[in-house]
Amino acid sequence: MADRETDVLTGTETTGHEWDGIKELNTPLPKWWLYTFYATIVWAFGYFVLYPAWPSFSSFTTGMLGYSSRAEIAETMDQVAAGRAAWAEKFATTPVEEIVADRELLDFAMAGGKTIFADNCQPCHGAAGSGALSYPVLADDDWLWGGGIEAIYATVQHGIRSSSEETRVSEMPRFGADETLTPKEIASVADYVLSLSGTAKATEEGAMLFADNCAACHAEDGKGMAELGAPNLTDGIWLYGAGKAAIVAQVTAPRHGVMPAWSGRLNDVSIKQVSIYVHSLGGGQ
Amino acid sequence: MNHKMFERNVVILAIAILITVSIGGLVQLVPLYTMEVTIEKVDGMRPYSPLELAGRNIYVREGCYLCHSQQIRPFRDEVERYGHYSLAAESMYDHPFQWGSKRTGPDLARVGGKYSNEWHVQHLMAPRGLVPESVMPGYPFLAKKELQAADIAQHMETLRTVGVPYTDDQIANARADLAAQARGTTGDVEGLQGRYAKAVLGDFDGNPARVTEMDAVVAYLQMLGTLVDFTTFKPEYGRR
Repeated sequence: MADRETDVLTGTETTGHEWDGIKELNTPLPKWWLYTFYATIVWAFGYFVLYPAWPSFSSFTTGMLGYSSRAEIAETMDQVAAGRAAWAEKFATTPVEEIVADRELLDFAMAGGKTIFADNCQPCHGAAGSGALSYPVLADDDWLWGGGIEAIYATVQHGIRSSSEETRVSEMPRFGADETLTPKEIASVADYVLSLSGTAKATEEGAMLFADNCAACHAEDGKGMAELGAPNLTDGIWLYGAGKAAIVAQVTAPRHGVMPAWSGRLNDVSIKQVSIYVHSLGGGQ
Repeated sequence: MNHKMFERNVVILAIAILITVSIGGLVQLVPLYTMEVTIEKVDGMRPYSPLELAGRNIYVREGCYLCHSQQIRPFRDEVERYGHYSLAAESMYDHPFQWGSKRTGPDLARVGGKYSNEWHVQHLMAPRGLVPESVMPGYPFLAKKELQAADIAQHMETLRTVGVPYTDDQIANARADLAAQARGTTGDVEGLQGRYAKAVLGDFDGNPARVTEMDAVVAYLQMLGTLVDFTTFKPEYGRR
């Protein structure tokens, strides 16, 4: 086998290997490809030296540029905070009621509050606070724990039946499951409750039972008490569904919804922003 | 270079292959032996409780990772939306880890505590009932299926062999802890919370009579990203 044999047709060297008279061309790699390849090797060495690359037994090489993605994000977030500092300071020191009165602060609250709401609140309360079955509508004037701006702020901070120590808590007794009332009594109290919004006929018995068992929280006229989180039963708005069956179910073994506390997850400025946004959705008092 | 030398001498060829493969192997293996120093030290990380582990196994079984990552990257948009960027320490007990950059749904690294248990159950049953624009499939069968976790202690032992520091005490109490966490009110709840700090107690699926796969998945979701105590965490900027 000759080492340097040139193919007649192409003018390219062969490898010198031959199978049944067929010889293999030894076409060189294209120059542009070869030099790009060498350049990537040089690049890799440069990267190795400049950036964090290789672990050692107690640490790792940090690179000559001292780059760190964590330092970079810390710097970015510091800049963001600095840009918002003027607003944030005002928000931290101004009570929510006064923020609402200040046009400029209100604009800032609404812009931020909308985004915060979409990220955190919308999965339960729906777009623009439209609510869902078992999640209150925030765009109407029916409030479980009060619709004033301070009340909303407190609810967002501490949640409802959440793990926060200052959480809002209410617990309706299980009248049916604990056999405080018989199924028949529950049926007549449900009729009475429906009669409050004019959708059923009440009986004397139902009225008596309501006064004895329900009025303490829901008030004698059934309009509820925001301090206790007891809903208004006269407005035809039902958290766990309309109709007699839903009311019977709720009196028998009530469902108790949970709202997480947002203190700790969101900062105070964000909580104020989103509270103001919620207050603005249509039902703020 | 003279290739002939390698092609004609099998011993030289073998040595050259050995050297090349060794370099590739070292690049992959050496970092694993330095994990002690490259994973940051944090307060609060603990192995998954038996119920959370069972939930995690279902999470992996159902392929949730195909749409949901558990890795908040150190970028402003992610940090502002999801919270503190993920730490290496937060996935050190994950086998396999659930990182990723492909998200059809949102990142779940810190979803724990963000929604109520009830919301998770309703959302898993019928996602579009709560989030109209969602493309997530429903998983109503999770609420019907009894959780099969008779072998949970063996799962924990397996994880121990790959470095998750489960104690003998934790493995011995695995099934009791699982039941206690899923029921929330009965069983050795104090023992459970001693063995697994911050363990969130059930009943998760709203059905106290049974321990379903839904209980396990929601227990897992509700603890994601909640363990590390960030009040004592000091970022070391030398780390990437």
